[in-house]
Order: sequence, then C-alpha cells, then structure tokens
Amino acid sequence: MMEGSSPAKAYLLHVAVIALLFVLNFILPAYHHGLLARILVLATFAMGYNLLFGYVGLLSLGHAMFFAAGLYGAGLGVHHFGLSVPVAFMAALACGAVLSLVIGLLALRTSGVAFMIVTMMFAQVLALAILYFAPLTGGDQGLVLQQQERVVHLGDTVLDLTNPTARYMVALVLFSIVLLLTLAVVRSRFGRVLIAVRENEERTRMLGYDTFANKLAAVVISGVICAAAGGAYALLFGYVGANFASVQYSILPLLWVLLGGAATTLGPLIGTLFMYYIVDITSGYTSAYLLIVGIALILLVLFFPKGILGTLRQRWVRWLP
Amino acid sequence: MAFGPHLLLAVLEGLVTSAVLALTALGLSLVFGVMRVVNVAHGELFMLGAVLAWAITTSIGGNPAIGFIAALLLAPLIVGAVALAAERLVLRKVNYDPEATIVATIGLLYIIQQLALTFYGADARPVLPPFNVRISLPWFGYSGYKLSIIAASALLLVISWLVMTRTKAGLIMRATQYDRETAQAFGIPVDRVYAGVFALGAMLAAIAAVLIVPISQAHYLMGQDPLLLSFIVVIIGGLGSLRGTVVAAVLIGVSDGVISVFFSPTLAKMIATLLVAMVLVFRPQGLFGRTAR
Repeated sequence: MMEGSSPAKAYLLHVAVIALLFVLNFILPAYHHGLLARILVLATFAMGYNLLFGYVGLLSLGHAMFFAAGLYGAGLGVHHFGLSVPVAFMAALACGAVLSLVIGLLALRTSGVAFMIVTMMFAQVLALAILYFAPLTGGDQGLVLQQQERVVHLGDTVLDLTNPTARYMVALVLFSIVLLLTLAVVRSRFGRVLIAVRENEERTRMLGYDTFANKLAAVVISGVICAAAGGAYALLFGYVGANFASVQYSILPLLWVLLGGAATTLGPLIGTLFMYYIVDITSGYTSAYLLIVGIALILLVLFFPKGILGTLRQRWVRWLP
Repeated sequence: MAFGPHLLLAVLEGLVTSAVLALTALGLSLVFGVMRVVNVAHGELFMLGAVLAWAITTSIGGNPAIGFIAALLLAPLIVGAVALAAERLVLRKVNYDPEATIVATIGLLYIIQQLALTFYGADARPVLPPFNVRISLPWFGYSGYKLSIIAASALLLVISWLVMTRTKAGLIMRATQYDRETAQAFGIPVDRVYAGVFALGAMLAAIAAVLIVPISQAHYLMGQDPLLLSFIVVIIGGLGSLRGTVVAAVLIGVSDGVISVFFSPTLAKMIATLLVAMVLVFRPQGLFGRTAR
C-alpha cells in the first residue's frame, strides 16, 4: 500500500470528480440528470457499505436495514409528525445511529459467516416489522411524500426538493461530504487501525488496540452514512417503501462496491454508475435484469475480485486511495 | 372445532412442514458441515425441484402417480447436475473462500430465479398428488398424502443417518468434515468429495420440494422461505449435526404451524427470526451443538 505518499494528488482527484459532477448538472439531458441524482444518493449508500466491507473486511448482508432506518426515519417523520425537511433528515441520522449501535453491539460478537447471517436476519426482522406495522408504514405499498412536505425554508430562501436542479445539488452535496469524509477517515489513524483489523485482527489486538471498539465505531459510521443516504432518498424522491428494506437492497451495495473496487474511495461511485447504466440499458431489451445482476456477481468473483478501481490500483495507479 | 382437535390439526400441519424442512436443512447442513461454505442458492435449488416436478408431471400426463414417481426420480437428478456444474465451474475456482462463495451463490440465486420467471412464468401451478386418500380421524378427515410425506421424510432421514454412520462414503465425508488436510493426506479425493456433497445437498432440497409441491404449488419465489427456515434450523440444531438438524426442524416446523394458526404469520416469522439471530449471537454453536473446533 502506498497510502500517505501523495495526499495532494489524492485530494485533487476527489475535488476534480466533484467538480465534474457539478458541471454535469448543467449539460446532462433531463433523463440522465434525474438518473445521476439517484445514482449519487445510492453511491453514498455504497460508500457507507464500503467503509465496513472494504476497509474493515466485515461482510454484512443486512445493510438495507440502515438505509431503511434513514428512509423511514425521515419519511415517517415528515408524513406522520409533520417534521420539516432538515429535522426529518436529522431524525434519519439519529435512527441510523441508534440502530447501528445496537446491531453493532450484538452482531460484532460473531465473525465471518455468522456475522453475515446475523446481519441478514436482523435486516429481515426490520423488513417484516415494516410489513407488520402496515397502518403506520404503508406496508408493501409504501408512502408517497407530497410536494409541499418536501420544501425547505431557510430564512427567506425556499428550496423545493422536487425541482430537478435542487434535487441534484442536494444529492451532490451529500455525496461530496461523504466522499471527503471517507477519504479523511481512511487516511486517519483510525482508518489505519481499521485496515489493520482487516489484515490481521489478532495481531492488531496484540499491539494494544481495542479492536471491538474500533469495529463498533466503523459499524456506527457506516450505518449513519447509509441512513443519511436513505433519508436523502426519501426526501429527494418522495417515496418510502418496504422494498428498500428487502434482502435485495442489502446485496446491491455489495455488488456496487465489488464492481467498483472494495477499499477504494471512488469505487462505490464507479460501481453504482456502471451497474445502474448496465441495468438501464439492458432493461430496454429484456426485463430479466436480475439475471444480469447474478451473472455480474459470479463473473466479478471469478475474474475481477478486486473490482475496476482495485485492479487499476494494483496494476497502474498505485497512489489511488 | 374445539381447541383440542384444532391444536392437533396445527401440530399435524407443523409436522408436514418439519418433514420437508428437515430434508432441506439437512442438505444445507451437509454442505456447510463438510465444505464450510454457505450455499445461499439452496432455496432456489429447492424451487427448481418443484418447478421441474411440475414440468415433468405435465409432460408425462396420464395417471398422476406415474408422473409423480418420474418427478421424484428425475427432478433431484437434474437439480443435482445443476449444482454439480455450479460447483465445478464457480465454487472450485474461487477455492471455496467463504465470502466469495456467498457472493457467487447469491449470483446463482438470482440467475435461477430469473430463469424460472422467464421460462416458467409468475403463476403458481399445482401438481396432482400421486394418490387421494382421506384418513378419517374422529374430529376431521386428514389427507393421507400429507401423512405419507412425513413417512417418506423419516425414511430418507434414517437412510441418510445410516449412510453417514455405517458406510464407507459416510466415513469419507465425516473424515473430510473433521480435517480436510489430513483426509487429503490419507488419500481421500477431497476435491471429488466436495463436488459430490454439494450435489447431494441440492438433491435433498429437490426431493423435499417434489414431496411438498402437490400440497403447496410450484412458484418461482417459493425458495425464499425454505432458505431462511433452513438457516434457522441449521443454526439452532448446530452446524453439521444430523440429529440436531432433525430435532430443530421438528421444533421449528411444529411451533411455526401452531403459532401461525393462532397469530399473524408475519409476526410469527418476525419473532422467530429475531430469536434465532439472538441464538446465533449468544450461543453460536447452536442449542444442541458442541463448540466448533
């Protein structure tokens, strides 16, 4: 690993990516503009997943529950309690923090395969709970948030989240904050301890690090990022549904991260972008998009275990964070 | 109906569920025990067995018993071949790395599910039972076929137990499970044992599916519940323990039957899943298993 060798180059690259995404706002046609806003939010979800899977090496099959915690935290807050948009977003973060703390305390008692199954089961419990409390959550149908519920009043300025440009910009701001946060975390002391845990947990513990506390912190940060993505999704796209809590939404971030490259800061964006467009393009010809997801997963595991950016980093661009 | 007979009916229904569940979970447990990998596509192999049973019985036609017996013989063989191909082409190539295997079998899950949707369709289709006998109990009549499922499953479980404990093949499997490297050093073709075990696990799921399909219809999404329930059974029973698997299957099947008669099935599933997750967190070796080595 060459981390720490060229911080300026790494930061410059990330700022350039953000600038490019900013410029795209003005030149993309409407359809792709809307799609990219959605991709930015989902890439944020993937970045939250990557922090735990890529850097700590903990493979969770239940991250949909953190996304759903944010989604429903914000969505139900707006719909039932009439919260304003910023407060609803804070509620989403709080839901994600509490849930990930509890799940972390329980699930981190296990490791390996048991960790995957336990996280999957907790996510399943949440998904079933959403269906069971249908009068509150809308069950299978979900809830649609009305336009007037999704307007931000900041003093005199009014930000209407149903407006495409406002939506894109909010998505981009969230994405940029999380991207730079991830970069800062993985370059920090804390980030190095996380990577050390991934490489050899026993040895890290022997060196005097409290690996449980570090892993727990990583679960909570990861959970809060995913909840932020969920909250933003509810507020920006105005829909909250049980589908987002299903196993499929636990597996999709795994797929995006694997495709883009686990333990690379930009991998989640690349993976989400690629997969979203592959599905979008092929769905013009066939409705069998799950087949493509399935084949992509197997091909990735067989031939590209490091993903796109992981392979790039291994072969050519050694300084890529 | 009074409470007593009602409860008896619930227990009988639960035992039918248990019988099928025990076979499915045994397949999952065998694969996990010997190969140390989790097959997430296990439920889809179950579904494939049911869908093939429908395809075979409809193409043969005539007397339902003949079609059913053909399905009972052919469907597991085809499913076993599919599993064997997946094992040779994918799992062996990723060297049975636990995480890569999970991701790859998730891929397999999606592929099988989508192919079933594309070629079989989204409808639930019935398969005729091989015979229609109603056994009259003093309070209600009960399907003889359902009772025969319990008998067939019990027979297969006894055979599995005999194979595992009394034959050379069983000895080889147990040796591989106990210590892969030493087994290899003693000349056991571990690679071929893995292929066989993976196919065998899939075939057990397919047999279970063919048995259940005359009472529950074949549907392309029917693999999800068996997967989750099999996980639960394998975890509670202790990974890789046949006796634990059977006890847990009866426990889960009967309590599922009884609970869903008296409570909402969603709530029942929710509580069961939460409890099992807690078992895994606080007693990872299962309720009946010994500490993993």
